[in-house]
Amino acid sequence: MIPRHLLIGVAALLLLVVSMGIYLRHMRRQARDIDSLAADAFPVAPPASGPTETVTLYVADDAAGTLRARSAQIPLPGGRQQRAEELLRALLRIYQQPGAAHPLAPAADIRSIFLVDPGAAVIDLNSAFADLHRSGVLSEQLTVNSLVETLAVNVPGVQRVNILVEGQTRETLAGHADLTQTFDVTTIIQAGNQ
Amino acid sequence: MTRKILAILSATIALLSALPFALPSADEKHISVYSPVAIYSLPVLERAGHEYLGLLELLEPLGRVSSQSDAQRWRLRYNAVDAEFVAGRTRAKIRGRDFDLPAPFLIENARGLVPIGSLGALLPRFLGMAVNFHESARRLFVGDVAIQTSFRLDASNPPRLLLNFTAPVNPTISTEPGKLRMLFKRDPVVSPGSQSISFDNNVIKQASYSENNGNAELDVTATEPLMATFSNDRRTIIILAVPQTPPTPNSAESPNTGSPNTGSQNTGSQNPGQPNNGSNAVSPNTGLPNAGSESPAQSSPAANIAGDNGARAGANSNSHRLLAVVDPAHGGYERGAALTETLAEKDVTLGFARLLRHELEIRGFAVALLRDADTSLTLDQRATAANVARAGIYITLHADSQGSGARVYTALLPVEGPSNGVFHPWNAAQVPALPVSRIVSAAILAEMKKREFPVRASSASLRPLNNVSMPAVAVELAPGPAGIADLTSANYQQRVASAIADAVASVRDRLVVQP
Repeated sequence: MIPRHLLIGVAALLLLVVSMGIYLRHMRRQARDIDSLAADAFPVAPPASGPTETVTLYVADDAAGTLRARSAQIPLPGGRQQRAEELLRALLRIYQQPGAAHPLAPAADIRSIFLVDPGAAVIDLNSAFADLHRSGVLSEQLTVNSLVETLAVNVPGVQRVNILVEGQTRETLAGHADLTQTFDVTTIIQAGNQ
Repeated sequence: MTRKILAILSATIALLSALPFALPSADEKHISVYSPVAIYSLPVLERAGHEYLGLLELLEPLGRVSSQSDAQRWRLRYNAVDAEFVAGRTRAKIRGRDFDLPAPFLIENARGLVPIGSLGALLPRFLGMAVNFHESARRLFVGDVAIQTSFRLDASNPPRLLLNFTAPVNPTISTEPGKLRMLFKRDPVVSPGSQSISFDNNVIKQASYSENNGNAELDVTATEPLMATFSNDRRTIIILAVPQTPPTPNSAESPNTGSPNTGSQNTGSQNPGQPNNGSNAVSPNTGLPNAGSESPAQSSPAANIAGDNGARAGANSNSHRLLAVVDPAHGGYERGAALTETLAEKDVTLGFARLLRHELEIRGFAVALLRDADTSLTLDQRATAANVARAGIYITLHADSQGSGARVYTALLPVEGPSNGVFHPWNAAQVPALPVSRIVSAAILAEMKKREFPVRASSASLRPLNNVSMPAVAVELAPGPAGIADLTSANYQQRVASAIADAVASVRDRLVVQP
């Protein structure tokens, strides 16, 4: 005959084990929910807002083979990096208008810009920007010069620029312009003035 | 969790350990099969002192084939031909008739293995056509697929050896001091008759043919470094000595220096009436820029040029001619700009490059084309080829459908870069030569303007200009949409090529050989 107090003890222990198991399951589910919430929390680009500012965009003209400085009023956010991105997106919008002098694909976009002190900027283009870009030495070089000059003139301190496509180094923009090198702002501006 | 990680780690280590055994060894025996429908290679197995081959695998690429097997019997149907083999027996039945194998038939994991010594007699029973089996070299020719080879030595200066093939070939070409090797892995090239041919020539001495382990090999021996180029739709391989330039070229320059439009051919001891009309090209397959798996010293003529004093001394016959490397941009799968719906930039640049080669040659330059066919070269390969050849000038050619004439580009680099002695960063190798590049660009600009040809000059971040250590320019033909037909017009290209060649000749004294 098993003593009564022993039966009660074993039953209590069993109850404890079962309730611990249920609690553990509950905790794991909670942890999983927190993880999935974190994964879903994509950073959302803030809408371009802020006071309108006058900037100088260097707009390429294929026929003339040059860049032309053009003033534009665009709303710029406060952050330095966000300002740079909005600046180049404003430039892109000019190229994406029908009949543009230097057309770019409607799907072309700037994924992000990283400003790395001291003096370095990295422009990350989306794949459509490069894949759909017209192939030709002049056309590709004008695009590079336009991006670099516009960025350098409007974002103080930028001296060197690297261009990536989808976060990766790409050999050329569309078969010609070398994207493996770091573009020296002074050299590009001097070449544009020649 | 820890257990899971340990299990994954153990599996990865086991997999990595097994990998070397799973990969085919370079020494693995194999047989090459050349047929009108397929060219392929199969591994050869060694069993009881005999070499065996899977019969099903051999016939699969050639027609409809199926097999059935039990413990002892293996039945095969190829198209409408039935055959039956018995494991351990040498007698088989094909089309209902007896056939004797030189060694017992084997069944392994339901695979039927036949001794390869039987293939010459066995295959015609299935295929109903002649088969030629080079058993010692394990090369099997089904039908009339063999590519015949013939040699012709052109004793001009520099001498050229022309290898003509009856069909296009695509060998792997490598060089080592005094020898150029062409390995034919997928081409049914057969012996030219004699295994070895000697030439009565001071430079190119001998060509020899050999075949082994499913491959054929042609070796050319010479007293100078050699390079190879393809022509005639890859039916001809031209082998010639690598053009060399002297360490102090200015002292050997011709008196026509500085007189731009003379067309003079005063080239020292070189026969001026015989410009080198050969297609001096740095072959994409020479391994020159891309050593692949071989050691650079063995596969790259660069090693010969830079390190072989004997080769340099032997190249004195060419030393008075300045080498111009002409690079038709793009090629192969890389089409460049689509100039029209059917016209690709790579085709225009190649035609233009050939014209420019001719124009430079008649002005006394030795010229090497980086490609003389529709072949692919990476940008690094192009730069390496120009640098190791130690050319006096590098000209890359492009074409565009938008514009109104031509454009001349130099590298977009700061002229004064950080000095690192004799070493320069790969992406700034052009910096020391940039001032002279700009002189060349200005000369081309002036010469074209003199001929009332619309032209403009600028800088571009256009590879491989940055990586080239000698004066380098890019010329882009851009006649515009109205003049798009001009891009393929020989007259138009001739005018531009002539202007470029005159301009380059006019600054010949500024072009120096890289140390």
